[in-house]
Amino acid sequence: MSNHAWILIGIFLTVLLLTVKPLGTYIANVMEGRFRLAGKIESPVYRLCGIRQDEEMGWLKYAFAILSFNALGVFVVYALQRLQFSLPLNPQAFPNISPDSAFNTAVSFVTNTNWQGYAGEATMSYLTQLLGLTVQNFFSAATGIVVVIALIRGFARHSAKTVGNAWVDLTRITLHVLLPISIVYAVFLTGQGVIQNFDAYKDVTTLEVTKYDNPKVDAAGQPLKDDKGVAITEPAETPTQTLAMGPVASQEAIKMLGTNGGGFMNANSAHPYENPTPLSNFIQMLSIFLMPAALCFTFGRMVGDARQGWAVLAAMTLMFVVLAYAAMHFEQQANPLLTQLGVDPAAGNMEGKETRFGIADSGLFATITTLASCGAVNAMHDSFTPLGGLVPLIDMQLGEVVFGGVGSGLYGMLVFAIMAVFIAGLMIGRTPEYLGKKIEAYEMKMTSIAILVTPLLVLVGTAIAVMAVDGKAGIANPGAHGFSEILYAFTSAANNNGSAFAGLSANTPFYNIMLGIAVWFGRFGVIVPVLAIAGSLAAKKRIAVGPGTLPTHGPLFVTLLIGTVLLVGLLNYVPALALGPVIEHLVLWVGH
Amino acid sequence: MKTLLRPAVSLFVLLTAVTGVVYPLAVTGLAKVTFSEAADGSLVIKDGKPVGSRLIGQNFSDPRYFWGRPSATSPQPYNASASSGSNQGPLNPALVDAVKGRIDALKTADPGNSKPIPADLVNASASGLDPEISPAAAEYQIERVAKTRQLQVEVVRTLVAKNTEGRQWGVFGEPRVNVLQLNIALDSLR
Repeated sequence: MSNHAWILIGIFLTVLLLTVKPLGTYIANVMEGRFRLAGKIESPVYRLCGIRQDEEMGWLKYAFAILSFNALGVFVVYALQRLQFSLPLNPQAFPNISPDSAFNTAVSFVTNTNWQGYAGEATMSYLTQLLGLTVQNFFSAATGIVVVIALIRGFARHSAKTVGNAWVDLTRITLHVLLPISIVYAVFLTGQGVIQNFDAYKDVTTLEVTKYDNPKVDAAGQPLKDDKGVAITEPAETPTQTLAMGPVASQEAIKMLGTNGGGFMNANSAHPYENPTPLSNFIQMLSIFLMPAALCFTFGRMVGDARQGWAVLAAMTLMFVVLAYAAMHFEQQANPLLTQLGVDPAAGNMEGKETRFGIADSGLFATITTLASCGAVNAMHDSFTPLGGLVPLIDMQLGEVVFGGVGSGLYGMLVFAIMAVFIAGLMIGRTPEYLGKKIEAYEMKMTSIAILVTPLLVLVGTAIAVMAVDGKAGIANPGAHGFSEILYAFTSAANNNGSAFAGLSANTPFYNIMLGIAVWFGRFGVIVPVLAIAGSLAAKKRIAVGPGTLPTHGPLFVTLLIGTVLLVGLLNYVPALALGPVIEHLVLWVGH
Repeated sequence: MKTLLRPAVSLFVLLTAVTGVVYPLAVTGLAKVTFSEAADGSLVIKDGKPVGSRLIGQNFSDPRYFWGRPSATSPQPYNASASSGSNQGPLNPALVDAVKGRIDALKTADPGNSKPIPADLVNASASGLDPEISPAAAEYQIERVAKTRQLQVEVVRTLVAKNTEGRQWGVFGEPRVNVLQLNIALDSLR
């Protein structure tokens, strides 16, 4: 492991931590209505939409508002895809998308998952990308943030019936936080080389004519195969290259900032038009953690004790450093099978990585994107070494609470904090309390649902897929790695991450429907109980700090919180991980 | 329910117009003013015609040219309208076979070369469109290109150095050589 990797982690954390306080303060001010310009911008919006700004909602009404706003999103994104051939801004004349794929993509983008069964530049019209996908990149990010704000209000308020106004919250976070940052960020990205235009794809004449084997297809467009099942090809050549175009930068900015992760192009942030330079790569990594880190400070500020936010952030940061080191370390190991052939092992595992990023920036990016429920990739995780690929799996299986998605990471972590004080309470035989609120049976029921719904979806989904013919048909790599591909798909979907072991052929009715269900319940199966907790906490009285109160801002609590996250996450998944990456590692290093 | 429906629909429409129409158009406008060449794809123009993009790699298999990263796009390599990696796992026999084939191609084009083979020259890139190779991968090919073109090795090496970029700001990413620009520079030597 080179010094370079450590320097990179060091610079990354330094810059990130410098942004936490200013941005976190700003978000708190915006969400609490203290941002001065806000009134002028917001009041016409509220007038047009019939929203009464001072109306407060109980948790149930808040949840219905969020659900209806998101359900609307599913219908619109689905419709845009099903009709795109007849709609404008489709210079490549892409056909309408199949019902199962359109369903999967719609649900996936609305839930901030951005799992992609399709290849962007070969499937989606510019109109679908803009009105469907870019918009949901904003809305799903806003949804995650307002839910955590409602939960924070649950802690901050006492003897209250309400947790805020969902419409006002959605408007504020979108217009005053996500939008202005995205505009500056998108222009910066074009400066680095990210494209932003509405042109048709461009043909250029290449220096050398490309000779290749073209698969023969029958009249129906299906590939022809010989008796042995091998695809029949014919020699072909082309003197040109067709460059995919599009309004990429505007989508790229919110894709990263909102921890969405759905690429405009199939290769996502590995594509030189999405992520052209090491600097754009660094800023992309930073922008994934930007909001999740700042929201920790917002939390501390809104509950009136900044130390509470820093404690949560400290727990996240410690876990992040260990996992980032692991990913970078394991990817630095060359594949021994290739070393045997005479390949220089010094450069590490370069299959599926870009030259400009190399090992360190690819390993760090992989850790950040999977911890943060972003799911953008700048290297192909499917080609990682067995243990290098284990790290992203673990990152997601911790429940996307180490930084996590915008908003969703923090509400997930606060649920774990409730679990941690509950366990501590059991140990000393006291009623647990967190931030002056008693944690009782109702909160613990909701906490259990919120924590257990994703492992249930992952493990049951994986089990069904490995037993079903349609599930096994999608596997690309033989052996234990094939199992890992399926486990990764359900882990990614249910935890709303969206990255993939992308060899898996997931654009089939089986996977589109199974994973579509997993992303929806992985999102709202957590959001609804979290809002229920918010409502219940808001109604409680605040109890004063006594001699028996467990302080929740010191090293003891940070340790307890990390322990709880690891305990729950790993107990759920160790057997499944042993069947996939662990076996693969043993076969690769011992078997050969 | 009715009290929810009107704000839900109207806020949805309004914010869609802001984030899905106004926002991308504003970014397009700003990008055209500030970075128009990059916004249009960083095209490389030769004799008035676009011959590629500085950011998108091309397929090279002629020994006269420097070769780039292997590309797993289909049906042809470096298909810039269908980016993709190989997604082959480390134990996949297809990966080992593919690397063997690439090593054979390198050896056939340059039989006398006994340097260790740089990993990036035989492993497919993530996008299938990687425009760059490592300095080691360029160094591995310098003698072959010089011999095929009947150039002095030092001339080619100087050209490689000119097209090599270090780590950005000294810390980010890895040193790298832009293959298309290097090959265009080679072609314009005579």
